[in-house]
Amino acid sequence: MRERAIRDRSDESPHDRSTTDPAGAAHGRADRADRLSALVPRLKRICGGDGVITDASRRRTYESDGLTYHAEVPGVVVLPTTAEQVAEVLGLCAAEGVPFVPRGAGTGLSAGALPRTDGVLVTTSRMRRVIEVDPDNECAVVQPGVANLDITRAAAPYGYYYAPDPSSQQVCSVGGNIAENSGGAHCLKYGFTVNHVLGLQIATPQGGLVRLGGKAPEAPGYDLIGAFIGSEGTLGIATEATVRLVRTPQKVTTLLAAFTGMDAGGEAVSSVVAEGVLPAAVEMMDALSIEAAEAAVACDYPEGAGAVLIVELDGPAADVDADAAMVRRLCERAGAFEIREASGAAERARIWKGRKSAFAAVGRISPAYIVQDGVVPRTALGEVLGDIARLSAESGIRVANVFHAGDGNLHPLVLFDDAEPGAGERAAEVSGAILDLCIRHGGSITGEHGVGVDKACSMPRMFTPQDLETMDLFRRAFDPAGVANPEKLLPTPRLCGEVPGVRKDVHPLVAEGRAEQF
Amino acid sequence: MTESAKSADGTEGAEGAENGAGTAERPFPDLLSDCVHCGFCLPTCPTYVLWGEEMDSPRGRIHLMGQAEDEGVFTDASVGHFDNCLGCLACVTACPSGVAYDALIETTRARVEEEHERPRAERLIRSAIFSLFPYRRRLGLMRGPLRAYQASGLAKPLRSSGVLERVSPSVAAMERMAPPIKGKVPALPERVPAAGRRRAVVGMLTGCVQGAFFPQVNTATARVLASEGCEVVIPKGQGCCGALSSHSGRAEEAARFAEETVRTFEKAGVESVVVNSAGCGGTMKHYGRVLREAGRPDDLVRRAEALSAKVVDFSEYLAELGPRAERHPLPVKAAYHDACHLSHGQGVTAEPRDLLRSIPDLEVADLPNPEICCGSAGVYNLLNPEPAAELGTRKADDVASTKASLLVAGNPGCSLQIAATMRERGEEIAVAHTAQVLDASIRGLPPSALV
Repeated sequence: MRERAIRDRSDESPHDRSTTDPAGAAHGRADRADRLSALVPRLKRICGGDGVITDASRRRTYESDGLTYHAEVPGVVVLPTTAEQVAEVLGLCAAEGVPFVPRGAGTGLSAGALPRTDGVLVTTSRMRRVIEVDPDNECAVVQPGVANLDITRAAAPYGYYYAPDPSSQQVCSVGGNIAENSGGAHCLKYGFTVNHVLGLQIATPQGGLVRLGGKAPEAPGYDLIGAFIGSEGTLGIATEATVRLVRTPQKVTTLLAAFTGMDAGGEAVSSVVAEGVLPAAVEMMDALSIEAAEAAVACDYPEGAGAVLIVELDGPAADVDADAAMVRRLCERAGAFEIREASGAAERARIWKGRKSAFAAVGRISPAYIVQDGVVPRTALGEVLGDIARLSAESGIRVANVFHAGDGNLHPLVLFDDAEPGAGERAAEVSGAILDLCIRHGGSITGEHGVGVDKACSMPRMFTPQDLETMDLFRRAFDPAGVANPEKLLPTPRLCGEVPGVRKDVHPLVAEGRAEQF
Repeated sequence: MTESAKSADGTEGAEGAENGAGTAERPFPDLLSDCVHCGFCLPTCPTYVLWGEEMDSPRGRIHLMGQAEDEGVFTDASVGHFDNCLGCLACVTACPSGVAYDALIETTRARVEEEHERPRAERLIRSAIFSLFPYRRRLGLMRGPLRAYQASGLAKPLRSSGVLERVSPSVAAMERMAPPIKGKVPALPERVPAAGRRRAVVGMLTGCVQGAFFPQVNTATARVLASEGCEVVIPKGQGCCGALSSHSGRAEEAARFAEETVRTFEKAGVESVVVNSAGCGGTMKHYGRVLREAGRPDDLVRRAEALSAKVVDFSEYLAELGPRAERHPLPVKAAYHDACHLSHGQGVTAEPRDLLRSIPDLEVADLPNPEICCGSAGVYNLLNPEPAAELGTRKADDVASTKASLLVAGNPGCSLQIAATMRERGEEIAVAHTAQVLDASIRGLPPSALV
């Protein structure tokens, strides 16, 4: 496929590992391999013979999730079908000090499901039963492997749907959405996954099964559901979720407004928000991404557009009509030279076609590209876009911009030619500099793709050592043995090197076991 | 670094059905590298739907192809997963990056047949299947004995004894799938004149399985074309188009059949070649690739491409031509099943529905999960009876949920598979090809002609 950061842990000396990873720290290579193979018969007793994958070529197909830049062959893969099986597997891992990595559909974009050669990959792809649709309580109970869109399919006959809609919604699993706190184009109005989960059953890293929340809308005490959602598999595995269902809106109207430049588009977004209109989605594309989408799917956006704005409104028909008229006026005032409006499903799909294809479409105008994911406060959008344009001009690297304008979630696409020596590195540099811009403007290093392995080393750019230490303590409350998806989400010295790069080796106190370090 | 993706070839279409186009000259590793591992193919893959395992998904199989490419050998495990692929091409429709999985799996299968030694029993059953199915005359010879067997009442005790299942699950599947043989159907003439003013001269493929077991579909196809003003040329010497062989990696055999078919229709001197079997049409539209795969010379490849350009599915052709013959009412509730090689392989989904909906009083329901294969997949249900039967059951559930009394499909294998599954469950349903429904309507036949 392409260049990869393939890591083979078997070549490492045990001292390379930090003590946050006790599973690997104290044991040698042969030891780890032995422990894993001793585990196989017991895993087979739990998951059944066909629920455990040990063959090398089969295991290799699991080496990456949706971000293939990182790859590592799992030691063993299990495919449980029940919550009890998941808990038993985790219990076994805890008892043996073997790390585990959860995986849903493997569509993540931050290598959050990057497996471990010395660990067990727990895949929920056989746990895909919609257990219950309860329209009276406006919720559904599902297994974690159910695809996001399948909840909507199950709820549709009752006039309901599941609101979070990541663009991979027909594939990505609810369990993965919970781990990453996934959003989507419509999270502006409806919020992220965390706003739509009422209850969870989780298998803890010690092998217990715990229920958090339920069908009731609110529970007293600490918001453990809120803490678990977005924890990227470091606090355990969701084995069942009770999710909120939302009534299918009476009317949906989508507007497409074309502007000559991004500034005018940004101004339109600000004025829409200032007027108190809350659209379901506000998406923006720049000239380069429009060019790509035209090349890929011939979406037929207005000719000469330097920016297009897609505004979707949903709700009671009267409200939608009034809001649509308002948005139209505001776009015109901001300088839109053409506005299209669609209410039918087919027409709306035509407007969305260009936006939804944008990521894959960029491949048509560039041999390779990086999809970045960052957030800035909406008010800083214009300034940040200007800075990105300057970065691009200075480095000679083209950057296409597609973003959820309503909530400031940017997806700059950094284009490069992977056949050209050094181009990949230069593109990665620009991509990193864009994240710096986001942080400098008070934003975040990820909006919805998660941290995983990919951005773990960027966490210190956003958080102080004390912040990170607090997070690590929290994590350890759930996972004292450090076996739950190690080296994801929080930076480790092995992964990121010392921060800020003073020491090269493991600290003497750590090596002696007198201090802990993350 | 976040997601980094390689671009697809600029000549490829974004929509699934076009993925195979323009990829003919690109080397295999190049086609492999188009996959960015996004996973959008997973939910439409029938084996992933059944088993939920990465290596039995298109993304996993592409990974296994990459492994074989890197290491130069096929592991037994990987061959098993390639064999498990139905070749339905639903993944091609679902892929946003334009990966030509159709070309990838075809090449991989040919390499497996060439390089991988199969166990003896498997070799035997494969060679038996391929010395029977692509030959209409041999299939024709089976009609008599099959009819006698079906009339004898032996089937019931034989099935419940499980003897065949023990001898070979493939033979047992063959016995189950065999269509009920009805009375003799008169052979088609070499030329059927157009009714009224002639609008076109078209060739027609009669096919092997279609010709032997569903001759009435061919008769209906010719009659509908003629009543729409087409002169229909049905070359006598035509044989199998090569699709069955091509889908199973028998590249040389497929090329031989393809070559013969190209010659036959070149001689016929027609503007278009109408095909009423989705699997055949899908392969005939890629004859260039079939011949190139088998190392045929360039001039032959070009001739094959020229023929491919004339190949159209029956429904595609009629939709383009526009109706002339009057449609009479046909008060029936029908369900339309998308044959994979029509919908995913050729991108033909709206045309057959439009044709059917143009018939007064005919109610046409869509099936739930239309993108998922019924499990027939050429000879897949004979080679992999177990998953085929599971998929057949799922499809039968979906068909039953529509409460239709007639199932319409554009491929003989699908009709056989779904009808057999429904029969076993005691929910017998009438099946018909789109051509037969149109024929009945144009001739003003009562619904009883179909159901």
